[in-house]
Amino acid sequence: MEYEISLLTIMGISIIGALSLNIIVGFCGQISLGHAAFLGMGAYTSAILTKMGVPFAAAVLAGMVVAAIFGILVGFASLRVRHDFLAITTMGVAFLFLGIVRKQEFLGGEMGIAMIPDPGLGKVGYMILVLLLALAVALFSIYLKRSWMGFTFDVVADDEDTATLIGIDVSSYKLIAFAIGTAFAGLAGALYAHHVKFIDPESFNFVESITVLSMVVIGGAGSVWGVIIAAAALSLFPMWFQFIDQYKLLVYGGLLCAIMLFSPDGLSGIFTRSLANIRGRESNASG
Amino acid sequence: MLRVDNITVVFGGVTAVKDVAFGVKNGELLGLIGPNGAGKTTLMRVITGTVTPVSGSVSLINTSLDRKSSHERIRAGIGLSQQIVHPFRSMTVGENVAYAAGYAKTRNPLRSILSYSRKKEMDKAREILKLLDIEEVAEATPTNLPLGYLKRLEVARALALQPKILLLDEPLAGLNQMEARKLADKLLELNRLGQTILLIEHNLSEVIRICGRIIVIDNGIKIGEGEPQKVMRDPDIRSAYLGEGYNNAAS
Repeated sequence: MEYEISLLTIMGISIIGALSLNIIVGFCGQISLGHAAFLGMGAYTSAILTKMGVPFAAAVLAGMVVAAIFGILVGFASLRVRHDFLAITTMGVAFLFLGIVRKQEFLGGEMGIAMIPDPGLGKVGYMILVLLLALAVALFSIYLKRSWMGFTFDVVADDEDTATLIGIDVSSYKLIAFAIGTAFAGLAGALYAHHVKFIDPESFNFVESITVLSMVVIGGAGSVWGVIIAAAALSLFPMWFQFIDQYKLLVYGGLLCAIMLFSPDGLSGIFTRSLANIRGRESNASG
Repeated sequence: MLRVDNITVVFGGVTAVKDVAFGVKNGELLGLIGPNGAGKTTLMRVITGTVTPVSGSVSLINTSLDRKSSHERIRAGIGLSQQIVHPFRSMTVGENVAYAAGYAKTRNPLRSILSYSRKKEMDKAREILKLLDIEEVAEATPTNLPLGYLKRLEVARALALQPKILLLDEPLAGLNQMEARKLADKLLELNRLGQTILLIEHNLSEVIRICGRIIVIDNGIKIGEGEPQKVMRDPDIRSAYLGEGYNNAAS
């Protein structure tokens, strides 16, 4: 039973992480290949603060704030570069994060940070907290998508230059997408740190960034439900079936290629098209 | 309403616009014409702030726009319809216009995140699409629509911003004669409803037909201004706009 509780906790954390990237990539159209760095910032901040005696909730909040501050700084890069140049810049951020963390003694260096304090909720309590937070982030994402801010993100993702010519301060909206997305990434990272009780630079390496990106792309960038389903599936499968874990990169790479080739709008696109086909057939039959 | 004072634009040592000045009066439909490469679109870009002039200034209702960014100029009261159509292809025609109609809700991010309902803006969008006779495609996505619809969508989206002045950059370009005439009639109707319009256009016959006043530029220099029929009778303007051969043939 303990194993299943751990699986569900990891699934909840993965959903928060994937939804956080979905706000930046799926909603606002800004590519990011270094998202694990922001999970790492949240994890390291929260781990260090709780080890210093700061209460769990305050430490997690601080992790979100630190990740958001660095997220805004990276967001400034999105004001200067776009598309593949932004992808390379964000990839650079991921390597920069790893490079810095590895060399800092107070961050544990290569050895990482162990014995991260338990939040004191018990395993079931912690799982419930994580799942409730995942639900809250999902509901917030759905609200955000339907709000005028989400409408503006659609416009910015569609055509930044035209957005400017209908009076949109594109820079502010891009920075906000980075701030919200990276704050939630910080939350996911902090929750991860207090779940596994040990973090090191490898926990947030480039492969982890690609893993989170895979969840967004496979689910369907911009689709909250698609991303939740993909995040849940891709976080559970490697743990249920150990052999997948060994070939994780191969499986994710293959899935990414297949999705890009056959359904660039991900699982949500497949679902939407299937639904439209069924409705079309029904209306033809009734007509 | 809009004042363009002594604008000079230089691109890599080449002067694209030289010392051009003109004004658009409140309620006017002013035509800005000139041959290809005359500098019409460059002037429009100076007004919207996407091109920075080496000298000169632009003001709207006695407020200088010189230090304002493009989006601030639009918010100050400029509605722009671009020469090459740029609809938001991820949304329907109605949503394109509704988004622009909700400009008050997107002025600052805090207000945008606290605003949820789109009903009022969708109603407004339907009104504007009806005014431009394209309400039947409100639910369609722009991807497969003919150019005539997309040109009108550009105008509709600019109009949804409730601008003090509407800048139209070659709205008739690419349309056949009948479509161009219909859209030109629509622009005249908008002007009669009180909309101030600066029309940058290549279709000379339609500009002469609907505009109360025109400005002619050639090689970045203003060469004429006044009532369309009168201006086009000027031999210098005829030869600049229609070529030397035209005057010789006419004489």
